[in-house]
Amino acid sequence: MPRSIILVLLGIALLALFTLPFFMGTSVTFATIVFSKSLAVLGIFLLLQAGQVSFGHGMFFAAGAYSAAYIGAAWSGPDLIVLTVIAILISALSGLVIGLFVSRYRLIFFAMLNLAFSMVLFALLEKLFHYTGGTDGMRVRRPTLLGAEFNRASFDLVIYYYALILLVVAAVLVWLYLRSPLGQALKAVKVKETQLEYIGLSANRTILAAYVFSAILAGLGGLAYGLVQGLATPDLTFWTRSGEFVFIAVLGGIGNVIGVFAGTLLYEAVRFYAAAFLDDSWQLILGIVLIVVILVVPSGLIGLPQRIMGALRGRTSLHSQKDRNHD
Amino acid sequence: MTEPLLSARGIDIRFGGVIAADGIDLDIFDRENLAIIGPNGAGKTTFLNICTGYLKPQAGSVRFGQTELLGRAPRAITRMGIARAFQIPQLFTEHTVLENMLLSVAVRERKWNPFRALAHIPEKAEMMDLLDLVGCADIAHKLTSELPEGQRKLVDIAIALALKPKLLLMDEPTSGVASGDKFAIMEILIAALRQAQVASVFVEHDMEMVSRYASRVAVWSQGKIQMSGTPDVVMNDPDVIRTVIGG
Repeated sequence: MPRSIILVLLGIALLALFTLPFFMGTSVTFATIVFSKSLAVLGIFLLLQAGQVSFGHGMFFAAGAYSAAYIGAAWSGPDLIVLTVIAILISALSGLVIGLFVSRYRLIFFAMLNLAFSMVLFALLEKLFHYTGGTDGMRVRRPTLLGAEFNRASFDLVIYYYALILLVVAAVLVWLYLRSPLGQALKAVKVKETQLEYIGLSANRTILAAYVFSAILAGLGGLAYGLVQGLATPDLTFWTRSGEFVFIAVLGGIGNVIGVFAGTLLYEAVRFYAAAFLDDSWQLILGIVLIVVILVVPSGLIGLPQRIMGALRGRTSLHSQKDRNHD
Repeated sequence: MTEPLLSARGIDIRFGGVIAADGIDLDIFDRENLAIIGPNGAGKTTFLNICTGYLKPQAGSVRFGQTELLGRAPRAITRMGIARAFQIPQLFTEHTVLENMLLSVAVRERKWNPFRALAHIPEKAEMMDLLDLVGCADIAHKLTSELPEGQRKLVDIAIALALKPKLLLMDEPTSGVASGDKFAIMEILIAALRQAQVASVFVEHDMEMVSRYASRVAVWSQGKIQMSGTPDVVMNDPDVIRTVIGG
């Protein structure tokens, strides 16, 4: 697709998202959840560029939500900006500490170590009842924004725009990062790690940098998620949550940042309607959707337009071939 | 005599019962093209692996200028100015030729600004010149996975030269290339090395290559340097003819 068309489509999509609350007010919370999960999926997407899959990014998601809960508990009037800065610091720091360890491993070992760390956090959040509220979790107090206070309804709007802006900024940053030498080196790790060492760059540190970035993204996603739910619970770091992020990243496709959003939207929509339709067996429908996506567009949703255009072009070229044969 | 660029002393390395190096002393001087020849399995590639930090010998020392190389990580050695090209070119196959080069130069210049695209780093012109030097400017935007073997070799060398090394170690630079193209590729390569003022060591089996392009030859046999000198002298030595060249 030509660049100009993509930019126009992106502009339309952004305009639609920014005006959504005015004509579809009821879907605001749904959309906010999509945005916050998209942030975490962006983190997974980043690591996928190096061919690495983390089954533990729920831990940073939880870190973001719990940091908001703790600050709310300790301080009566937290501000959204302060929460954001602290969530970034906490997720970056925990990403650095855990990343120093896991960035020395690859593939299944990388995936499982992440899973192990996230399950340790899960167990701690559940068992340290007096500090974490156990399974019930902690309430996330509604913050102010630059001093302004909000009631429930107007806060829904605030958090909608907050999450949307975070997501747009994060997507642009990830896009820039992947074009930069560090991001390109990430792709090189996947192809030939030893060669990266031979040109003088540490593959482990390349992964570590991306890991910290991805932890921040997941942390911010968790913060937005905790704020919109008003609750931080241990299941945010349960392994199925991390698996969900990976599932969505694969669904969206690893070739393009926009696939992350498309994947999350489809996932949440299917989940929402499937749950309404089949109550306890919505996973069944979700599974079938993933199988169909993998069979039809192995490159993920992001490969769909290309696939359709390719099919159309294939047909027209076939036609022209026939025409030529007639001549 | 001038100070050697790289100086190996008393290198011993054995793998189980196989002795690859048994007290190897070898100097490499600035701007020379040293060919290492010898029977298969003699330890020639092992020597390159030692000089790039991938193997640690049981005894000996390798000095690069005033610095001891042994015990340093491959990355650190690369940064000191020793680059390497492989028998099978090691390229990032999901990147174009130019992107491979730019990644190299980004590492060299430590250009880690996350807001600037790899394609826009200022050294791009320098990289295009370097590609031009090895005759690959016209394929700059091709994926490296699409190139024929000969061009892959040249690109591999260009990536190594992008690091501005003082010394380039090459393992059979023309193996796997159609015999008709071998000389053309070596011609380009040697000219590029001269232009970039880089000393080189190449492990080689093709004796015609050695006599045409090496400025000095070292014969590696049974873990020792059997002889070293100019190609004329070494290649006409009766012992060398018998043990290595095969007479």
